[in-house]
Amino acid sequence: MTRVLIVDDHRLFRSGVRAELGDSIEVVGEAEDVETAVRAIAAHQPDVVLLDVHMPGGGGQEVLRRVLGSGSQVRFLALSVSDAAEDVIGVIRGGARGYVTKNISGKELTDAIRRVAEGDAVFSPRLAGFVLDAFASSEVPSIDPELDSLTQREREVLRLIARGYAYKEIAKELFISVKTVETHVSSVLRKLQLSNRHELSRWATARRLV
Amino acid sequence: MTGTRVRVTMAYVMADQKTLAEQSGDAPYRRMTRPMEGRLLGGVAQGLAAQLKLDPVVIRLMFVLLSVVHGVGMVAYAVLWMVTPRKAPERADPQRDWSQLAAFTAIGLALFAFGWLTGASQGGIGMLPFAVGGIGALILWQQADPERRRGWVSGAALSMRKNRIRTPLGVGLVVVGAIGFLYSQGELAQARPGLMFTIVVVGGLAVIAAPWLAGLWKELQLERRERIRQEERAEVAAMVHDSVLHTLTLIQRVAHDPREVSRLARSQERELRNWLYQPAQDADATLAAAVRRIAAEEEDAHGVPIEVVCVGDIALDSAGRLGAMLKAARQAMVNAAKYAESPAISVYAEVEGEEATIFVKDRGKGFDLADVPLDRMGIRESIIGRMERHGGTARVRTEPGEGTEVMLTMKLEKA
Repeated sequence: MTRVLIVDDHRLFRSGVRAELGDSIEVVGEAEDVETAVRAIAAHQPDVVLLDVHMPGGGGQEVLRRVLGSGSQVRFLALSVSDAAEDVIGVIRGGARGYVTKNISGKELTDAIRRVAEGDAVFSPRLAGFVLDAFASSEVPSIDPELDSLTQREREVLRLIARGYAYKEIAKELFISVKTVETHVSSVLRKLQLSNRHELSRWATARRLV
Repeated sequence: MTGTRVRVTMAYVMADQKTLAEQSGDAPYRRMTRPMEGRLLGGVAQGLAAQLKLDPVVIRLMFVLLSVVHGVGMVAYAVLWMVTPRKAPERADPQRDWSQLAAFTAIGLALFAFGWLTGASQGGIGMLPFAVGGIGALILWQQADPERRRGWVSGAALSMRKNRIRTPLGVGLVVVGAIGFLYSQGELAQARPGLMFTIVVVGGLAVIAAPWLAGLWKELQLERRERIRQEERAEVAAMVHDSVLHTLTLIQRVAHDPREVSRLARSQERELRNWLYQPAQDADATLAAAVRRIAAEEEDAHGVPIEVVCVGDIALDSAGRLGAMLKAARQAMVNAAKYAESPAISVYAEVEGEEATIFVKDRGKGFDLADVPLDRMGIRESIIGRMERHGGTARVRTEPGEGTEVMLTMKLEKA
């Protein structure tokens, strides 16, 4: 049983998610802003926090900063109505292990929560597209070659995700196991979080402005 | 019966409003009074200004100018003072505006000295027409656009009161000018001092007028900012009204049809999202924008959600190769939406290196490519044929029960 905490400032949405989640998931609490979220996470110690990006009091990134900054091992799955690049990249770099948009189906969400709880990363097609786009511009010399570029295999996996393939289909397509697909995605997530390529943030902001 | 009563009440209300307007607004024939608040001497100029709907400063300047000519202004002021009743002050100790009084006195003295020295006030050079002309010009200026001027003047009066340095400076200028004139009078030619005096008087006037000009400028800027804000608000309101409210109404009307409801909601969501997050994109300019637009159109037409992900982008070429590719992509989306019975369609467009690729994937029932009859134009002609004619390739991957994916690839010509 995966223990989940829902953080969202819309009550309607929280109850909607609660109703949609499958039997394998137990919702241990809800929070509606940064303050209550930080307290609820400390109190309940959930396996996964479903985190809204836009919230009063600093938004999801503030929750990530305060909870992960205090050394907590709680895993976050960002769930937002926004698919603006700066929100997506911002919350992933803030430490979330995945990003899905709110129009995701209940079954897919359950699936994503399970995956995050197991320590894997969850990439929506759009997030995969953003990452490909962000790492594509490689004119700037990288500081850490390992962190600052994607391997050929990682790129292939991301492209398939962007094309709408499920992990199982990707595994079949590339003749690898689902576990290996998950390893690749986790590796991309790590690069996305740790790479100090300035373009990543700059790129995300520029996409909004251009 | 009820209708009549309502109409009668309406008439009462309207009559009431009319009286109110007459009382509160500047009624044309009310009696002139001398307000004590803000007066310089006896409040005559202020009262007259209120009566004529002019600015008090204009009236004051007029009195000063007329005083120089045979002292007419002074006499007129005295007469008006006697015949005009005082208006009871609202506050216990009505304030005189000393700084303004000083400025006007200085101007008056300067003009008087000027008139006396040049003999203008004795009518030597026919000063009266000038005085009258000057007053006329002031009134014209004042009347040019009363609506707007009222705003400026109120702002200017405020800044005048705030600006305690400016007025003494003006007075000082005038005084220095007067002393200088008297001193140099003996040596300089007759025209010279007159000219100098005029400059000094104009300088004094400019100092008095400066707050107006500043206020005017500030007012204009404010107005501009306000207008921009209003335009933005109007745009948001128009957006909400034209699309969101409209869609909500439509959704209520087709509430029995879940498919149509979700189609409407999705199309509205897309529109709002574009408006919020995407800069105004010209759908005919780049590949990614065109793919998004086509997907949106087909989603609307067929009611199947189409998720679009774009990586990289390129301007559409003139040769029409990318145009052909877009037509093929549209056909692929139409096929998926119409025949695949898939809950959703994924579209992925990528521009990398010298190649543009578009993938259209569904999770529908799929089909056996070999079974497609030769005369079915959709896939063979509109997708594969079209791509090949333009130097690209199209591959279709499908199996019954496995969904379909159409892959379009086009080499990009080097710019």
